[in-house]
Amino acid sequence: MERELAKVLCESIADVMIKNEKVVLVGADLIKTNGLKPIIEAFPERVVNVGVAEQNMAGIAAGMASYGMIPVINTFAAFASRRICDQVAISICYAGQNVKIIGTDPGITAELNGGTHMTFEDIGVLRSIPNITIVEAADSIELAQMIPAIIQHEGPVYLRMYRKATPFVHNEDYRFKLGKADLLRPGQDVTILCSGIMVSEAVEAGKQLEADGIDAEIINIHTIKPLDEETICASADKTGAIVTCENHNILGGFRSAVAEAITACKPVRIYPVGVNDIKGEVGVLDYLRTRFGLNAKSIVSAAKRAVAEK
Amino acid sequence: MNAEKKQYLEEMARDIRAQVITMIGEAGKGHVGGSLSIADVIAVLYFHQMRIDPNNPKMEGRDRLILSKGHAGPAVYAALAVKGYFPMEWLKTLNKPGTNLPSHCDMTKTPGIDMTAGSLGQGISCAVGVAKAAAIARGDEYIYAIVGDGESQEGSVWEASMSAAQFKLDNLIAFLDNNGMQIDGTVDEVVSLRSPAAKWEAFGFKVFRVDGHDVEAISDAIDMAKAQKDGRPAMIVLDTIKGKGVKFIEEEGTANHSMSLNDEQISRALDELYGRAK
Repeated sequence: MERELAKVLCESIADVMIKNEKVVLVGADLIKTNGLKPIIEAFPERVVNVGVAEQNMAGIAAGMASYGMIPVINTFAAFASRRICDQVAISICYAGQNVKIIGTDPGITAELNGGTHMTFEDIGVLRSIPNITIVEAADSIELAQMIPAIIQHEGPVYLRMYRKATPFVHNEDYRFKLGKADLLRPGQDVTILCSGIMVSEAVEAGKQLEADGIDAEIINIHTIKPLDEETICASADKTGAIVTCENHNILGGFRSAVAEAITACKPVRIYPVGVNDIKGEVGVLDYLRTRFGLNAKSIVSAAKRAVAEK
Repeated sequence: MNAEKKQYLEEMARDIRAQVITMIGEAGKGHVGGSLSIADVIAVLYFHQMRIDPNNPKMEGRDRLILSKGHAGPAVYAALAVKGYFPMEWLKTLNKPGTNLPSHCDMTKTPGIDMTAGSLGQGISCAVGVAKAAAIARGDEYIYAIVGDGESQEGSVWEASMSAAQFKLDNLIAFLDNNGMQIDGTVDEVVSLRSPAAKWEAFGFKVFRVDGHDVEAISDAIDMAKAQKDGRPAMIVLDTIKGKGVKFIEEEGTANHSMSLNDEQISRALDELYGRAK
């Protein structure tokens, strides 16, 4: 079972715009690409398209927020992070503006747009800015609850998300809570921390590890900042080894954030699965997963090493 | 504008200059030149044109000023203090530890500051956002923005300007502090704006060009901009002198962007501003 995330994004944005008249959509010539054309049709007066000018998009959003609106800006993750970094730092975060930033196609999910559009650094760039919350959706069920939650949260938020069909990792009983990690599979031998497109791979890896007699604890870290340190430290204490899985450079991003957290509470070895500080390249998702090792196979291998070297 | 009003605004501009000198002198060093060059437009806005309430800085429907050239904060702080947004004593705390008056404007710290600015080229985008939000909300307020000429080398100034015209924001009245100077030299020496008035006209603004030290001319230009409800945002090019009002500061030229002032210089500057013979 799977569902297209862009469709859910559109439905969720429409829903919050119906319920909250302060919400406006601000884009930079990728509103239709991001599947949000129905929002333009439904709310023509509450959609602002600034054209190919992402920095201006971010500044305009900050200005609209200062007036009391809740702007949702959207573009590709590459432009939503490195292109507008200074606007996010000053006009949005330093100024304390309630702007929601949606970056689509993070990391290898840029696929055929290739290496120029492949953000392996967006989490690293943004998480060092004070006052920002960073989230990543693993499936459509999570995304549908994440959108109203980030609108309700007062303050700047960056959401990085894949747009295409994504297998379900949650069931309909799932309840998203901003800042609180989800335990997907309890285990004793090794902790696997993951988010976004790495979650379904981690779940698959958990099954393979189980067949090989390794009892992995799998935790979905949908909120990358602020990190749920309590859950991570408790799990590290229990299993004694961590595998981090990220669709991002292993420098500066999720692995770094986890390392910072556990060195202060329960230092254990971390085995990173992610992009090993190399450039992106063009390709389809399956090819790129193999090329950069962002799959269940890499997670199984890292987890086995983690257990063996404990 | 009657003579009495004109004299009042000139006095307010003079007082703003005097407070800029005093507070930067107290701080030791600061952005003197660019604060003095906008003193007249600040006087016109805060003491004549803007619909604001010092007792209710966040009043709904208030006119707003976004100082995109955020380093000229001291000029705005002087006006806000005289208006009563906060005690005059605060001016002595400029840039001191724990102050509510930092070098560059910070809306989270200072009552009456409508937008944080300082990273050049961003404030004008924010002003377009405020003006767009006001248009969506069908508010009747005016959004003012002051942009530096050196700042206009930032590409985002032009992104913002294109979008303001596209969105038909005739509630946006922008000013260019056309003092011709920046840190590394004159604007023409560094990267010339060539014809700023023609540029903004080409970008879809209605453009006025006035002596930026003539309070009546500035106010008249604002009135004309307001009278022409034609969908076009306004750009009022203010021909100014960086450091205006104090001869020895003006003579520093580009070096007055950030300068220190000793007690003797402060005293000399205040004597000159208030026409006191030595």
